[in-house]
Amino acid sequence: MGYTEGNEKPKRIVFVTVGTTCFDKLVRAVDAKEFKHELLRRGYTHLRIQIGRGTYTPTKSVREDGSLDVDYFTFSSSIADHLRSASLVISHAGSGSIFEALRLGKPLIVVVNEDLMDNHQSELAEELAERKHLYCAHPQTLNRTIADMNLESLLPYPPGDATPVAELINRFLGYPDD
Amino acid sequence: MISTCILDTMASNLTINIMIITITIIVARAFYVIYRTGKPLITTKASKTALSTLVVLGSGGHTAEMINLLSVLRKDRLTPRFYIAAATDDMSLQKARVLENSLVESGEVKELSAEFMQIYRSREVGQSYITSVLTTLMATADALWIMIRIRPQVVLCNGPGTCVPLCIIAFLFKVVGIRWSSIFYIESIARVRRLSLSGLLLYKLRIADQFFVQWPQLLRKYPRAHYVGCLM
Repeated sequence: MGYTEGNEKPKRIVFVTVGTTCFDKLVRAVDAKEFKHELLRRGYTHLRIQIGRGTYTPTKSVREDGSLDVDYFTFSSSIADHLRSASLVISHAGSGSIFEALRLGKPLIVVVNEDLMDNHQSELAEELAERKHLYCAHPQTLNRTIADMNLESLLPYPPGDATPVAELINRFLGYPDD
Repeated sequence: MISTCILDTMASNLTINIMIITITIIVARAFYVIYRTGKPLITTKASKTALSTLVVLGSGGHTAEMINLLSVLRKDRLTPRFYIAAATDDMSLQKARVLENSLVESGEVKELSAEFMQIYRSREVGQSYITSVLTTLMATADALWIMIRIRPQVVLCNGPGTCVPLCIIAFLFKVVGIRWSSIFYIESIARVRRLSLSGLLLYKLRIADQFFVQWPQLLRKYPRAHYVGCLM
């Protein structure tokens, strides 16, 4: 599945997900007027926000005369469908959400939550950003990331492989190789 | 008078001697277990019989990585499988059930040979330290009881805090001679530059027989680890 930057369909959805966390700073950042303006400028038409356990509720709006269609929900059993329909995914830094979006080949911006106590999550996002599989941002730098991003330069993420571990475990336990 | 005194000193000498010998044996045994840790099983029997396996599941990403690993391991060799997750985490066991049921449906295993268990966590996020003492004791007793019941031969874990007491108990079982087990620790893909606390403990204490990392940066810092690339 390739990136859908040049998609001719009129609907271009940005999907924001915070997983099961509370990440109001991100929800606030994507609810800001300047951010929505930047999305329109980049040709996006719809903004879907999954707010999780957050308490801040963004303003909904319908699309009319070229404005952005905004909607939000707390949780959904069909996160995968939302991801699939998206042209751009903006996600919290949880590894589950990151790899789900990468596996679907979606252009991805990971936003790091600096308020988390043990903030090891930024390690993964930064490493994958360095390898050009995604963009890594903070709530306050998200606008600039959207403005500057070049989705063509992102590289597809090769799917992971557990067989090296399985082989080492097999050998250790004295089983012959398959 | 003199003779009872001699007897007394002899008796106390004897107890001291017995204590010294016992402690020496235990320490020597512990060192032997540490020495043997990380060395492959050499019994040829192992290649024929199945090994009972404990799989420690964590939340979210941890479980997804473990499921990925389990899907490529030979399940007929690692039988029966005992899945453990924190009592506050229903999702992980649910995912393990889905995996096990799919194994039966696809015919990879003939019948369901898995058990699903929950374990108390020693400390929930935000819990006070005073109640933590009590809950830690409860969690330890719970872990010990579970381990005595299942006495696994293989332990697979990848990061959640619940795996540390279980691995330490498995290690003590080796020292005491209750059950020899092979302990495998796979550090989560989310750990790029620093090990998790669980990982660091099991690495430093040399409890894990094989220690896998998914990023080369960690191999440079922890040379006894095996770099295996990304599981996700």
